[in-house]
Amino acid sequence: MVTHADPIASKDNRRVVATSGAAGSRLRRVPVHVVVLGITAIWSIPLLGLVVSSFRPSWAVLSSGWWESVTLPGDYTLANYGRVLGRDGMALSLFNSLAIVVPATLLTVVVGAAAAYGLASMRFRFRGGVLLLIVALIIVPVQITFVPLLRAFNALDLTGSFLGLWIVHLGYAVPFAVYLLHNFFAAIPRELFEAAEIDGASRSQTFFAVVLPVARPALASLAIFEFVWTWNDLLIALIFLGGFREVAPMTIAVSQLVASRGNGWEILTSAAVLSVIVPMIVFLALQRHFVRGLLAGVAKG
Amino acid sequence: MIGDRIVLMTLAAGVILAVAYGYLRVGDRVLAGLPHAWHRRLAPWLFVGPATATVVLLLAVPAAFTVGWSFFDADGEQFKGLANYAHLISDGVTRIALRNTVLWVVLLPSFAVLVGLTVAVLAERVRYGALVKITLFLPIAISAVAAGVIWSFMYGYQPPGAAQTGTLNAVVTLIPSVGPIAWIIDEATNNYALIGATLWTQAGFAMVIFGAALRSLPDELLEAARLDGTSEWQAFRHITLPFLRPTIVVVATTMTVIALKAFDIVYVMTNGNYGTDVLSTVMYRALFTAKDNGLAGAVATLLMITVIPIMIFNVRQFRRNSREA
Repeated sequence: MVTHADPIASKDNRRVVATSGAAGSRLRRVPVHVVVLGITAIWSIPLLGLVVSSFRPSWAVLSSGWWESVTLPGDYTLANYGRVLGRDGMALSLFNSLAIVVPATLLTVVVGAAAAYGLASMRFRFRGGVLLLIVALIIVPVQITFVPLLRAFNALDLTGSFLGLWIVHLGYAVPFAVYLLHNFFAAIPRELFEAAEIDGASRSQTFFAVVLPVARPALASLAIFEFVWTWNDLLIALIFLGGFREVAPMTIAVSQLVASRGNGWEILTSAAVLSVIVPMIVFLALQRHFVRGLLAGVAKG
Repeated sequence: MIGDRIVLMTLAAGVILAVAYGYLRVGDRVLAGLPHAWHRRLAPWLFVGPATATVVLLLAVPAAFTVGWSFFDADGEQFKGLANYAHLISDGVTRIALRNTVLWVVLLPSFAVLVGLTVAVLAERVRYGALVKITLFLPIAISAVAAGVIWSFMYGYQPPGAAQTGTLNAVVTLIPSVGPIAWIIDEATNNYALIGATLWTQAGFAMVIFGAALRSLPDELLEAARLDGTSEWQAFRHITLPFLRPTIVVVATTMTVIALKAFDIVYVMTNGNYGTDVLSTVMYRALFTAKDNGLAGAVATLLMITVIPIMIFNVRQFRRNSREA
């Protein structure tokens, strides 16, 4: 079981060992600092450039690098954001993303939780088979389903609709959802389920009143994981929403901005920042849950 | 329109919760009315049924159809045997895509393991360890689309002599007699540039997983080694690294799958131009530009075949774990 979900936590005792020592060993540690600082720079500079550029006026972006704005008298502006949001459909896309992601995530959590409970607490025929099918399908390339699903969705008039996208996202996410929650439920003592049933509670009562409250951390992990993952998806939205601009999520809107040349970097960077804000807030506010989900879903595989 | 979206989202959320609750409560009651043996047999499927049906209808059955159609022509009417596959191997564009996908599958897992492991180990040894962890951690939440914008900007190219506003070329041109590089157009660099941008979003994953594994490494092992006068490097080489081997496998396989499925970042940064196609972009064009379902199916089947070893590995691992539990 994973107990430490904090990615920033460290082992203090090891640090003591590592930092004690004479000046000679300090010199030998120079390469360590070079490597760590180098990686920090490579990973932080792109983000810094993105944010800084998104606040620079277009003439400045054209004529000088973003880092020069620190020394040049900074006339930063919010105008880029105004222009991006004023563009047809950009603000709408932000809400399209929400309208896609929130129901899809909820659907995944609900369907996944019910199945994980059934698989973890009941013994029945084909139980092993269902579990193996689900584990095998976690990493299936979603591309393998596109052609038949697209045909079926065209016939059912589901392409270009939010309902269609919720359904495919559910399908693609269920294996991971069941797997993650099953690992969690399997670790709950079975007595907990049985005690409730002895008290006369039906299975569904046990599920809602006992299991779901206990599983809240695991449900949160899954929900955050799915939220960020679905929000960031481009390919599935491209395939199943087609070219319908009025339902396009942020990822499609931003990629269309990139494709239609003639947009300055100040526009592209502020659009990118806008597309990143929501998942970033969710991610940072609930990162412990996210990391726990990541570890439970991947590390046990 | 925005109002509509908010209403839709709220309504959908409410309906999903209400239907789920109603379905399970009513279903439970209906099953309770059945003879005992039937109740026992059907009750699990009340819970497991929806997920199983979803997985079968949306993944397993379509996968089978795709594999089947990959032996047919564009409209799925005429049997063509292996012609689609023969086309894949002989066609110049798909050949390049295959080569690039191999490049992705080799480089992305290697570098993700290298960077993730390096940061997880070294961050414990410097006082600003939390800082480097956070900078690697943040891009996890960033979409490949946004990462594509960020890195297209980083790789920005202006002709020699003009002010280089792309960060990388501004650095490169500081070196005397070195001109700016057209990172994402030049075929000598562009595939590495795309893989590098993906690495930037994925290395944090690797770091988090390695960090958790390192925390479960018993301290006594390293302490004992240090008392014996073993150097830090040797302790890492002979204790930490063997301990992390299963974690390295997990990270590498996860990254391999990500590399195989790579699409978004290529679509945004080059759209597969300048020799940067990967299998997914080829499939996308087969599907929407050429409208050839057979060919698209063959590409997808190829992708599928490459992940089957990892699938088998995962299933085996799962069975071993559940036997231990």
